[in-house]
Amino acid sequence: MNAAAIRIDDLAFRWRPDGPLCLTLDHLAVDAGKSLFLHGQSGAGKSTLLNLIGGVLLPERGRIEVLGQPLGQLSGAGRDAFRADHLGFVFQQFNLLPWLSVLDNVVLPCRFSRRRADRAGDPAVAARRLLAALDLDATLAGVPAAELSVGQQQRVAAARALIGRPEILIADEPTSALDTARQDAFIDLLLAEAKAAGSTVVFVSHDERLAVHFDQKFALTAGAPA
Amino acid sequence: MSALLRLALASAWNRRLSLGLTLLAVMLAATLLLSVERVRQAARDGFAQSVSGSDLIVGARTSPVQLVLYSVFRLGEATNNLGWDSYQKIAADPAIAWSVPLSLGDSHRGYPVLGTTPGYFVHFHYGDRQPLRFAAGVAFTGIFDAVLGAEVAQRLGYRVDDRITLSHGDGGLPGMEHEDKPFTVTGILAPTGTPVDRTVHVGLAAIEAIHLDWIGGAPVPGFAIGAEVVQKFDLTPKTITAFMVGLHQRGEVFRIQRRINQFADEPLLAVLPGVALDQLWQTVGVVEQALQAVSWLVLAVGLAGLMATMLAGLNERRREMAILRSLGAGPRHILFLLMLESGVISLLGCLLGLATVTLFAAFGGGLLADFGLAALPLAVDAAEMKLLGGVLVCGLLVSLLPAWRAYRLSLADGLIPRS
Repeated sequence: MNAAAIRIDDLAFRWRPDGPLCLTLDHLAVDAGKSLFLHGQSGAGKSTLLNLIGGVLLPERGRIEVLGQPLGQLSGAGRDAFRADHLGFVFQQFNLLPWLSVLDNVVLPCRFSRRRADRAGDPAVAARRLLAALDLDATLAGVPAAELSVGQQQRVAAARALIGRPEILIADEPTSALDTARQDAFIDLLLAEAKAAGSTVVFVSHDERLAVHFDQKFALTAGAPA
Repeated sequence: MSALLRLALASAWNRRLSLGLTLLAVMLAATLLLSVERVRQAARDGFAQSVSGSDLIVGARTSPVQLVLYSVFRLGEATNNLGWDSYQKIAADPAIAWSVPLSLGDSHRGYPVLGTTPGYFVHFHYGDRQPLRFAAGVAFTGIFDAVLGAEVAQRLGYRVDDRITLSHGDGGLPGMEHEDKPFTVTGILAPTGTPVDRTVHVGLAAIEAIHLDWIGGAPVPGFAIGAEVVQKFDLTPKTITAFMVGLHQRGEVFRIQRRINQFADEPLLAVLPGVALDQLWQTVGVVEQALQAVSWLVLAVGLAGLMATMLAGLNERRREMAILRSLGAGPRHILFLLMLESGVISLLGCLLGLATVTLFAAFGGGLLADFGLAALPLAVDAAEMKLLGGVLVCGLLVSLLPAWRAYRLSLADGLIPRS
């Protein structure tokens, strides 16, 4: 597997047709199975780039290929289905639906994507295995997600993003709500499980210190290039 | 898609308190709308069927509405009576199957007294041609016998064999009692929801008898005829207030009406009760429209509550929507979810409202009878289906705004809610 999992060329995006350019990107490629650290200050367009890779936004110009599939060629519904099948997300915080149990939160992607359900085998079993691998007590599985600590919630979110072994895992500042000691532990767990699942990782953070954990590093700068 | 529905259900359950209250508001609005509609119909039907089975009502010439007001509803007074001989002549027409004379003018503690014949209890029908029924006792036979309407007996606490005295006129003036000639209650009628409930029925002869020693609307001083000797007088009335007519063949009603209206001996008026009642209803129909306007307002308040709850809940739900989007839901799914939620609430509100009204119609009949209303119809008719459909459509329209806002939010937020 040496094909690029994500490949972006000559990208430009602006929110309003008459507004300023929010994001430009000449070239970015991540090989399958590798991990990318995407660094940028707030306002650098990190969220925009994630929305573009997720197929939620379309660029004004340029080309985004995910797993060899140019996203611009898919319809809106097609991009939604593609996202459900191939991408897992971990957000900064509030990843979980608080009224569902931990286990139900983890198996959610299998309910939306047939492919992820098939790849997970038995979703409940896969979920318990992931929770255990991410150092979560098995007794927490039935507990409503709202009762977990922030650190526990982030690990549940990681389990949800990884269930059904999606080809790409996107993590948006997943450690910013954790204290420094726990950040490294979380990233190690996340990367280990992503490797086990064979997922390519895109990890976004403003904290450059964390870059040492990753294969590749890319710095995002705001707006039009100077 | 089914995953989305199941999540929507779980999400709604999580917000069950505010959704429940919203549902309650919609349900109450639907209940009110439906009950006003049904009460309106029951009132109209009850009104239109205050008298049925008689083909014509005849009185001295006046306006048709006036004639119905005093002869059927015992409201106001007749400006003129008609002669007993005129009545006899008309009643002798071979096309006329039966006729019942009505003589009004006296009262008992505010309730009108009707002088009539025993034929009244046979021929007077109300509602869907229902005959009068006796809840207790029998029709009057003697001169000083009285039959009470259900409400009279209940409110004043009378039973069969109780003795009552009548008052002259509306009973407003002191000293105008017919207390020298008390009546005995021989029967009490079952409730009808018509003015019959408020009437004291006595024989025509009784009306004559209590006025034997009266001249010009007042007792003659120093001149009294005792109850025990009235039999010796001719108790045939000189005049009556009105009479009801039943024909052998309904098809002849216009011919007979014309004959009566052209009666040579004195100016008379014959009306078809249904037509006159309709005319009368139109004059009181404004109340009905006001009622309807109020219930539509209540519906508007209920739906405004639905919209407010949904709009207020949107901010809390932005994260939920972002998570759903990351799982593969499109913005149109978000739109669909919100529309679905308010659609289900509107539908449930309608159904619960319908159930409430139906339960009330089935078990709350007694309460309505107290208000003089006929029983509510149990079945849903086309007009009600239209009303319910209207509520449903309004509910969906009202949810368009919050749903559209959620759609815009989820487009703008994408996967990362900016809170």
